[in-house]
Amino acid sequence: MEKNVVEARDLVKTYQLGEIQVDALRGLSLKVKRGEVMAIMGPSGSGKSTLMNILGCLDRPTSGQYLLDNEDVSKLSDDQLADIRNRRIGFVFQNYNLLQRTSALENVELPLRYRRDNGNNHKEMAAAMLERVGLKDRMNHKPFELSGGQQQRVAIARALITNPAIILADEPTGNLDSKAGIEIMQLLLDLNKEDDVTLIIVTHDPGVAKRTNRIIHIIDGKVEK
Amino acid sequence: MNILQFFKEAFSSLLSNKMRTFLTMLGILIGVAAVISMLAIGNGATASITSSIESMGTNLIFISQNSDVSNPEALTLSDAIAISDANPQYIAAVAPSVQNNMTATYSGNSISAQVYGVTPEYEYVRNTPTSEGSFITQSQVDERSTVAVIGVDIAEELFNTTQNVVGNKIRLGSYVYTVIGLLEEQGGTSIGSSDTQIFVPITTAQARIISRTNTHNEVSTISISATNSDDVQNAIDEVTKIMQSQHGILGDEENDFTVMSQESITEAASSITAVLSIFLGGIAAISLLVGGIGIMNIMLVTVVERTREIGLRKAVGARKSDILSQFLIESLMIGLLGGILGILLGAGISALIGKIAVFSSTALNPQISLSSVVLSTLFSVGVGLIFGIYPANRAANLEPVEALRTE
Ligand SMILES: Nc1ncnc2c1ncn2[C@@H]1O[C@H](COP(=O)(O)OP(=O)(O)OP(=O)(O)O)[C@@H](O)[C@H]1O
Ligand SMILES: [Mg+2]
Repeated sequence: MEKNVVEARDLVKTYQLGEIQVDALRGLSLKVKRGEVMAIMGPSGSGKSTLMNILGCLDRPTSGQYLLDNEDVSKLSDDQLADIRNRRIGFVFQNYNLLQRTSALENVELPLRYRRDNGNNHKEMAAAMLERVGLKDRMNHKPFELSGGQQQRVAIARALITNPAIILADEPTGNLDSKAGIEIMQLLLDLNKEDDVTLIIVTHDPGVAKRTNRIIHIIDGKVEK
Repeated sequence: MNILQFFKEAFSSLLSNKMRTFLTMLGILIGVAAVISMLAIGNGATASITSSIESMGTNLIFISQNSDVSNPEALTLSDAIAISDANPQYIAAVAPSVQNNMTATYSGNSISAQVYGVTPEYEYVRNTPTSEGSFITQSQVDERSTVAVIGVDIAEELFNTTQNVVGNKIRLGSYVYTVIGLLEEQGGTSIGSSDTQIFVPITTAQARIISRTNTHNEVSTISISATNSDDVQNAIDEVTKIMQSQHGILGDEENDFTVMSQESITEAASSITAVLSIFLGGIAAISLLVGGIGIMNIMLVTVVERTREIGLRKAVGARKSDILSQFLIESLMIGLLGGILGILLGAGISALIGKIAVFSSTALNPQISLSSVVLSTLFSVGVGLIFGIYPANRAANLEPVEALRTE
């Protein structure tokens, strides 16, 4: 039981758009084991990103319970959630979300800056991480000087720098061509092996999904059995 | 994040859009520059007024008519005589004078001069030594001699020289006066400088210079020298008592004359500049307000533009307070930089005006006071902070999911 990094029970997320109620999640339950690589698939609008936001503590469910590392995070304050995002979760976005005016090194370093410790070897840690994702010679480049695949590598390095329990990747290969997509996928799988980090990947690409241990399908805000 | 890192990030963020940063701080910059330079000029003006008043001597006392009282009795020569005849303890010398503006001419040259009818004591009381010839003597007063002691500007204008002017005959109105003395140069254009003055015996002036409606005994001012600067107040009390009995003023009646020390004139001048400072302060407040609104405006735009960045920072662990600090520090730095550049610009303007003043030989030396620099800096930072609060708060309260969704 304690091996579950993620345990979600009956998650409901309802958006209120004026008169209209949108039920993005309708009682979704999910368990993910430590070190697992899981793909989430499903049609557009089925609630995949909504689920990822809740799993990533960026958003709170309307109802239901979410245990991250056996800790109920539904009742935590904004600041506590910020700290959980900082220490236990790494995000990889479809559009990379790098700070444009900032070098690759500083982008990777960013999460460490929000860590409330006085470590001063942040630069070295970021450099080592960039080296791991194969960007040793691109450290001082700004995002606009990098290819899409390289930018996504920077984003992955940023997600890993705090040594998180899970990496949440919402369509990480969605903006890349198939070759770069395969490379990124390979990189994520390698990191999973080396660090035993749990990977949850949302994808529309069956080729990507095939390489994971487990695929779940979400339809209308629920896991399809 | 530690505070130093916040400042580093804010600085590089400001640097990354230099033009916008500059335009944002322009309001503050101009406001501060205006305040700094105007205050410097005000200070300079005060300093030169004060120093010209102080150059008259710290033990100087004036009596003049109090025109706030209905039908004031005129000051007369007898008042002056009464004061010196009373053998007052704290009074060193008494110098009555009459004054009128006239045109002095000499072989085709002419100049408008302040002509004073004086007694020999005037030289001591008002400190107007001669560099050539001598001052008015008692016998010249007794004889109503048509003699004159002139300031250097007068000599320069009439004779085109300030050498060997004694003995020349100048014309004042319809009478010719022999120049018997040239005053030492006072320099500058300080107010009341004797350089543009002409002195004649008081009796001569009463008969020939001042307008006919005045009875011949009247004087315009009585200047008095206290025995020493610590006794000025005692001297004022003495003079007041003598003048009250001269003019028959009873205890609770208002005096029809005013006794002022040089010090009180200086105070009056300072109070004028104090009013000026309040006025400048008002302008400063308005310009800083406008500058602050400018900062707020741009910061709001910045927050909207950087919504995604804010979302990302929150996603990787930034707390509300981190985002708040980040934007507050940015607007604070805009205020600070605007303030510093404004101070530099203000200093430049002051220096320029100082140069122009020297060039046109005006006695004005703009002085930037430390307090105005410190105050403008604090104000600029404060404005940056206060007007940054609203935009920074907006940024801090963005929902991370929403922020990440924006394009
Ligand atoms: N902030 C919001 N306000 C209102 N409705 C929302 C909001 N976010 C998501 N939704 C709605 O919730 C539903 C699920 O959205 P979600 O983004 O999770 O879909 P998705 O599975 O990620 O789709 P895609 O594959 O296209 O990315 C959709 O109907 C969407 O319109
Ligand atoms: Mg999605």
